[in-house]
Amino acid sequence: MNSAPVCMTNCPTLIVTVGLPARGKTYISKKLTRYLNWIGVPTREFNVGQYRRECVKIYKSFEFFRPDNEEGLKIRRQCASAALNDVRQYLTEEGGQVAVFDATNTTRERRETIIQFAEQNGFKVFFVESVCEDPDVIQENIVVSLGSPDYTNCNTEEAVEDFMKRIKCYENSYETLDEVLDRDLSYIKIMDVGQRYLVNRVLDHIQSRIVYYLMNIHITPRSIYLCRHGESELNVNGRIGGDSGLTPRGKEFGKKLSQFILEQGISDLKVWTSQMKRTIQTAEALNVPYEQWKVLNEIDAGVCEEMMYEEIQDHYPLEFALRDQDKYRYRYPKGESYEDLVQRLEPVIMELERQENVLVVCHQAVMRCLLAYFLDKTAEELPYLKCPLHTVLKLTPVAYGCKVESISLNVDAVDTHRERPEVGITHTHTHTHTHTHTHTHGTTELHCASAKCTIMQRITSWNEQVYCKASLLLRLLFEGIFRLLLYRTAEAMKGRRSELNLRRCDKAFVHGAHALPGELSRCPCKAKALKT
Amino acid sequence: SVSDVVLSALPLPFCNSPTMIVMVGLPARGKTYISKKLTRYLNWIGVPTKMFNVGQYRREAVKIYKNFEFFKPDNEEAMRIRKACAAAALKDVAAYFSKEQGQVAVFDATNTTRERRTVILSYAKERGYKVFFVESICDDPEIIAENIKQVKFGSPDYVDRNVDEAMEDFVQRIDCYRASYMPIDDEKDRKLSYIKIFDVGSRYLVNRVQDHIQSRIVYYLMNIHVTPRSIYLSRHGESELNLSGRIGGDSGLSPRGQKYANALAAFIHGQNIRELKVWTSHMKRTIQTAEALGVQYEQWKALNEIDAGVCEELTYEEIQQNLPQEFALRDQDKYRYRYPKGESYEDLVHRLEPVIMELERQENVLVICHQAVFRCLLAYFLDKPADELPYLRCPLHTVLKLTPIAYGCKVESFFLNIEAVNTHRERPVNVDVNRNPEDALQTVPDHI
Repeated sequence: MNSAPVCMTNCPTLIVTVGLPARGKTYISKKLTRYLNWIGVPTREFNVGQYRRECVKIYKSFEFFRPDNEEGLKIRRQCASAALNDVRQYLTEEGGQVAVFDATNTTRERRETIIQFAEQNGFKVFFVESVCEDPDVIQENIVVSLGSPDYTNCNTEEAVEDFMKRIKCYENSYETLDEVLDRDLSYIKIMDVGQRYLVNRVLDHIQSRIVYYLMNIHITPRSIYLCRHGESELNVNGRIGGDSGLTPRGKEFGKKLSQFILEQGISDLKVWTSQMKRTIQTAEALNVPYEQWKVLNEIDAGVCEEMMYEEIQDHYPLEFALRDQDKYRYRYPKGESYEDLVQRLEPVIMELERQENVLVVCHQAVMRCLLAYFLDKTAEELPYLKCPLHTVLKLTPVAYGCKVESISLNVDAVDTHRERPEVGITHTHTHTHTHTHTHTHGTTELHCASAKCTIMQRITSWNEQVYCKASLLLRLLFEGIFRLLLYRTAEAMKGRRSELNLRRCDKAFVHGAHALPGELSRCPCKAKALKT
Repeated sequence: SVSDVVLSALPLPFCNSPTMIVMVGLPARGKTYISKKLTRYLNWIGVPTKMFNVGQYRREAVKIYKNFEFFKPDNEEAMRIRKACAAAALKDVAAYFSKEQGQVAVFDATNTTRERRTVILSYAKERGYKVFFVESICDDPEIIAENIKQVKFGSPDYVDRNVDEAMEDFVQRIDCYRASYMPIDDEKDRKLSYIKIFDVGSRYLVNRVQDHIQSRIVYYLMNIHVTPRSIYLSRHGESELNLSGRIGGDSGLSPRGQKYANALAAFIHGQNIRELKVWTSHMKRTIQTAEALGVQYEQWKALNEIDAGVCEELTYEEIQQNLPQEFALRDQDKYRYRYPKGESYEDLVHRLEPVIMELERQENVLVICHQAVFRCLLAYFLDKPADELPYLRCPLHTVLKLTPIAYGCKVESFFLNIEAVNTHRERPVNVDVNRNPEDALQTVPDHI
């Protein structure tokens, strides 16, 4: 009987990599971390090699890793401990849900230490072992490892030789996860870069999702092309959403896109569109088979569909402001949020991982979500990523990340990008004009007719006209009234926010394909006790 | 246009070669259970799938089953019959793929010898079918005994045998296969695509998954379990919009709806369910219903009612008046019809797939949802085809308790004795776009 916290369904998960050097552990760790964060599971990776590099400033040679190097062993043990400590902090104090412990962890003894650490803290453990004997694959991986800070000052031959000797240091003491000895552990063993998998004791939803993800990724070289539909009629009118067709310039883009694709000489290119006219018309110009996905449809702007930003400002100023405060989570009334979009795009990402060369013709918000996944952008950054019309982004996975090439196909289009405005008393908002040259302004340009102006704007212009003290007093009086109104509005917003929060937090996660069902929320809101 | 446009609400790439899923394993290892379940799941997500149980063919060939001696490896006469049955089943598989537009065939037999598997592989290769093996390996005597009890005693083979006789005969039947059983070999068969399921899912070995459908099959197989449990399905309590005969929207509960919520709470407590999970949608009426239970619940956006687009909050009379053609089109193909700016039942199935996957993982769950959503979930559990799905009866204030048994699902219906409007609209006789309003509104239920 111990006093360690009992592991409930809502306990955090510690993913532990296992494997010799150059088996893709860090590649898998980073990719998995990126995926989990994107679907909304706070995840962080802890690379023990990093800790070692901070401890031993200069890497001399493979001798550090020799099993008889006492000094080296001591330091490495300390680094592992330090990393585990940080894991504990992340999972218990910083709201982390998953920690990926990236190290070789090749001995049963080391793994036992980690298991005990997890038990003491109430974490679930899931091992991810990568086993590979294919010399070509290992060679390729070594090239990636050679990009590490350890080898910045070596020439390639020396580096490769040293690295091979480093691997040898681990080989003798390597104890692979054993079907019999380790049958009570939860793990996936990935063999030969995904030809074969052994999966043991998947305990819960998140582990099941991790297994599914790991079984769908591959390292075959390929490129993913992302672009938006050609310029549409509604784009040109500065209206959001809807289902309009292409303008002549949009059609021109389709033709240019077709040429571009031919020039790229891509073998076996898959083309995906949404089920909206503008993406379908764009793909039609390519004269190749394409697949339509409903989930690639643009974000549903609900009551704001087909409105201009100015109209939204007029009819729904509160909504407009709320959206600017939290563009990722804000859900249009009767519509969707970016957060909803991520959830519905998850199958697309999964299939993109499975596929090789793909061109996705989609929409602004959708493209932002997909891009955020590939470039590891946070929820805060995601809704403001620049995805201009008539530009193709070519993403090529390389090393641990993604190379991005932005190719503008030289067909003019309106700019539909709206920057995050500064929200304050003098409420700033941007205007997009509907002619050939479009600018988005970061600050207020009081173009709108005074009749349509909100009270906030009226005060600003009042400001500009007033100089004398009496007027100043009047101004202060007005500002006071305004602040009061703003305060009450903010309170209303807060009320609405907390209502949303209450809905979300009072019980477990707001559900989605990405959230963790059956996992109780760890938020501080009260939760009624389970009575049954 | 030149393009091969695949209209797919479901992320299933256009797949040219059909797939044969070939079961492998000794008797009583759950092969037929897995085959039926997998077939049901694939059909529900829109992949035309059919199961071919070689035992059925054998029963048709040898009308009366005497005893296990039929399966003895030295019984030449029987061997000939069994080979013929397997061949007949393969022929039917080919016919299913070529003439019936089937996409997946599940070949359910023991297939325990390398020789038999080679025959199947050549057959498939000749015709360009992909092959994916599913082997179930289990040596736990308790599990095997349970399997035998659940499904074998009810089998036509043992219809006039008492339980002990049946058990004894079946055990000897298994022994007949055991000697010649050659499991898929991880070395010799490393070029094959397969999943080995050990001990009902505690461990899996997956080799060479070739494509999307195999990846989905593997994911599904890794999420199902056989632990006894029940799934409770219920709609929200009667809502204000229900009362006025309006569809969709996001209204709150009527007084009777609130009564139902309380009755539901009492019912659930009375059932004494172990560790019940409660799921609702994001809409007021399901949340208010769950609130009355006084337990934690999870909200799924995916459980929201079908989006009726431009028809949201209209009565059927108003739809007939304003959009008579749409109204008729919907009656013509209610499963695939998509409301303008809204969804179809087909779209709904797609967005409910993660819910189904999670329901498979879970144990006891109460799902409080909406009429169309309920129909989709029910169709999955009761294996109802797409044309029946949109007309399944899911009345308000009634809880359905689904308990998996043997190869299917036991359904118990509990009406909690609180009156509610009827929201079920049958398919009218006249679905022509030019029909008159009376014909169109013939089957609309009463409302305020």
